[in-house]
Amino acid sequence: MRYSIQTSTRFSRVSLALAVAMVFMLALLPAYASRGLLQDMFFILTMLTLAQFWNLLAGYGGLLSIGQQAFVGVGGYAMFALVILHGWDPLAAVAVAGCAALLVSIPMGFFSFRLHGAYFAIGTWVLAEVLRLLVAQFKALGGGTGTSLPRAATRNLWGADWVKEVFDVKSAAARDILAYWLALALAAAAIAGIYYLLRSKQGLALSAVRDNAEVARSVGVNAHRLKWQIFLASAFGTGITGALIYLQKARISPDAAFSVTDWTAYIIFIVVIGGIGTIEGPILGVLVFYLLQSLLADYGSWYLLSLGVAGITVMLFAPRGLWGLISDRTGVQCFPIRRLLVQHSNKTGENSVRNHH
Amino acid sequence: MCLLKTNRLAAHYNDFQALFAVDLHLDAGETVAIIGANGAGKTTLLRSLCGALANAPEQIVFDGEPVGALSAEQVVRRGIAMVPEGRKLFPSLSVEENLQIGGYAGGAGGFWNLAKLYELFPVLGERRRQPATRLSGGQQQMVAIGRALMSNPKVLLCDEISLGLAPAVIRDIYNALPGIRSQGAGVILVEQDISRALSAANRFYCIMEGRVTLSGEPENASRDAIHDAYFGVGA
Amino acid sequence: MNYLDTVVQGVLLGGLYALFAAGLSLVFGIMRLVNLAHGDLIVLAAYLLLITASVLGLSPFVAAAAVAPLMFGIGWLLQRHVLGRTLGADILPPLLVTFGLSIALQNALLQGFSADSRRLNSGALATASIDLGPVSVGVLPLLTFASAIVVIIALNQLFYRTELGRAFRATSDDADTARLMGIQPQRIFSGATAIAMLVVTIAALYLGTRANFDPSIGPARLIYAFEAVIIGGLGSLWGTLAGGITIGLAQTIGAAINPEWQILSGHIAFLLVLLLKPRGLFPRAFD
Ligand SMILES: Nc1ncnc2c1ncn2[C@@H]1O[C@H](COP(=O)(O)OP(=O)(O)OP(=O)(O)O)[C@@H](O)[C@H]1O
Ligand SMILES: [Mg+2]
Repeated sequence: MRYSIQTSTRFSRVSLALAVAMVFMLALLPAYASRGLLQDMFFILTMLTLAQFWNLLAGYGGLLSIGQQAFVGVGGYAMFALVILHGWDPLAAVAVAGCAALLVSIPMGFFSFRLHGAYFAIGTWVLAEVLRLLVAQFKALGGGTGTSLPRAATRNLWGADWVKEVFDVKSAAARDILAYWLALALAAAAIAGIYYLLRSKQGLALSAVRDNAEVARSVGVNAHRLKWQIFLASAFGTGITGALIYLQKARISPDAAFSVTDWTAYIIFIVVIGGIGTIEGPILGVLVFYLLQSLLADYGSWYLLSLGVAGITVMLFAPRGLWGLISDRTGVQCFPIRRLLVQHSNKTGENSVRNHH
Repeated sequence: MCLLKTNRLAAHYNDFQALFAVDLHLDAGETVAIIGANGAGKTTLLRSLCGALANAPEQIVFDGEPVGALSAEQVVRRGIAMVPEGRKLFPSLSVEENLQIGGYAGGAGGFWNLAKLYELFPVLGERRRQPATRLSGGQQQMVAIGRALMSNPKVLLCDEISLGLAPAVIRDIYNALPGIRSQGAGVILVEQDISRALSAANRFYCIMEGRVTLSGEPENASRDAIHDAYFGVGA
Repeated sequence: MNYLDTVVQGVLLGGLYALFAAGLSLVFGIMRLVNLAHGDLIVLAAYLLLITASVLGLSPFVAAAAVAPLMFGIGWLLQRHVLGRTLGADILPPLLVTFGLSIALQNALLQGFSADSRRLNSGALATASIDLGPVSVGVLPLLTFASAIVVIIALNQLFYRTELGRAFRATSDDADTARLMGIQPQRIFSGATAIAMLVVTIAALYLGTRANFDPSIGPARLIYAFEAVIIGGLGSLWGTLAGGITIGLAQTIGAAINPEWQILSGHIAFLLVLLLKPRGLFPRAFD
């Protein structure tokens, strides 16, 4: 009898091909879609990216952060600073904004890693509050009331002329198209990158740490370094996404950019309702979230109230979320990360497969 | 009079069955030893008896009532107290508080109380204000036994009370057993040290791989029979 | 700036933060559970006080006697049916559930009471003050501080002098062995949360009589409470008072320099302690 470790299934190979085709089709969307639909898709894609990065931290790394708004805010403000104070092109500034979030995450990690478990969570929240209060002191960017991107900068984005010509649209719509493409690229890159990371040796080490930190340590996994790595990676990704979100909004203020509700609570509900610790979960979660928002957004606090209750209910009765329910029923996995131990039995040629975490 | 009795007791850890159809009984005032190698199922047996592991109700009968399905906190109220393997004292409680918490389930007004325990183990009285985990291993074992006695149980379950202790300390602890038994309590002693257990017991059961392989009175069992029952025939 | 006055105000404010923190610390100490909805529960209690006081025409201090048992019951049920289900080796479920609870509570309060700020009417007490030589201190801040001390003494007595307190500590050490003693951990945990809600009621009383409140201010109270607990060192109630005073002092001194710096200075003091003494000012000997 022979064994081999297999992480892909026929289904997952098909779904990879489908995913590539889907990204391609989505990239062509601006040719057909209305501006409103593009804006909604932008919202879905950016929330999805934020959710994937939070899920990387909490679902895979066991690091529950309530301070993701720090990176959204820093990313957004860094982009505004480069554009307003240094005259950069906003698109270039978006990329660098990720680095700004990465830089800020180093001292943040230094403080919050001194706290463990639940206290890590509140620690990240306090640090995000500190950043919000500090940014509000920064008068050149509007202080507590915030500021807008200069029209000249948003009108002449790199590539905007080309988009205007090809799609025959005005410059505001061209900006939306560019932002949409970037959001799509970012979401695809985030999912691909996280998927790749989780299937690599590091990913295996990460799940070992999550399952049993002591055993992981005894086989030589440096849990602390791994946690730092994913903390920094998620800060970078969240920062870029934040910059992109505020490029599209074109107006920023400390209270909005560092809002715990918008950039962490929503994200947590997306991941929890969809299914924490899976790549599929946030995708499903963001769609549910979008639907709920379209249905209930007019009811203000009822909407958040029901999100909170839905989150509690899912955690209590289906802690692996909607995706967990679906994959338990059907066995479907689009992004198989669990390794399958395949036993090749020579006589019958049949493979018996056992799930192996 | 039969105090405690098991009927084809079975115990499981998820898919793994650790006990198979174990039948034993204990009379009031009697000491029964359970011997067996590492992993034989001795601790599992005691955990079933004290309610820490759930079993079918009728598999354990205590005082004529089925108690197999009761939880640990209910069983101790009925009068079965456990001295767990590894002592398991509460580190944030002092010696005296560890003893007092043993009486949480009731049993006040019985023979055993703080004063009686300090008589039984005088060293505990001297160190009653100290954190329990600061005592020596033997003294900690005395606290664990005293803690179980504070509920004035009808059955005392002792899991490897001599483990890791010096011979002189073991002797002190075993010397306390007759005093405990004389109050009418039945005692079940789990030990790996066969001779120690047999010398203190009226009867014994030997367990191997979750099954009773031999039982009887120590005087009537040959060394070879015990050896075979302990390690398996031909070992 | 009157230095002495600032310091006295800061210390007294610390009493309020210690009251916020004591309930959090109690629950964490016994079941290692951090309740992210703690601040919102304080705000909920403040609204319950508001309703009771206005409907029955009572002073909020009298109303507290009616609200306290209600909060006790809420705490018991919350632990029994919601929080207790989440306890286990994994730390995510309790955090995610209490976070959801926090958002749900905030918005339920918003729905029920609107975003307007409210205040508990304590009559003449609100403005009364006592002259203590060079400084004059408000009666309410003084009462707050005294209540914090009484609460901490009472909790310490409960913890170290009663059978229930022994059971609390034993269960917190090792719930499985506690069962062998006849202790039902679930009841112990429900009792602990219920008692924490009594403290929450007292905290709410002073929160609401000293300043305005609205449904959104819960999370900030949670953060102050959390900072006080960490500064004090996990598990020490007197440390929690020291932590509260540290935050209170930092905030009043910061505000005296520049009103915009009040909250920020509190956070910075917390970060400084975390930097210099990561285990807090009064760490527990063992953990
Ligand atoms: N919590 C558990 N989960 C799964 N299996 C267990 C568990 N505890 C014990 N076992 C298994 O049950 C069997 C009996 O274990 P038990 O602890 O009862 O043995 P024991 O006779 O007390 O051994 P020792 O002398 O080493 O204390 C062993 O095979 C053990 O591996
Ligand atoms: Mg054992």
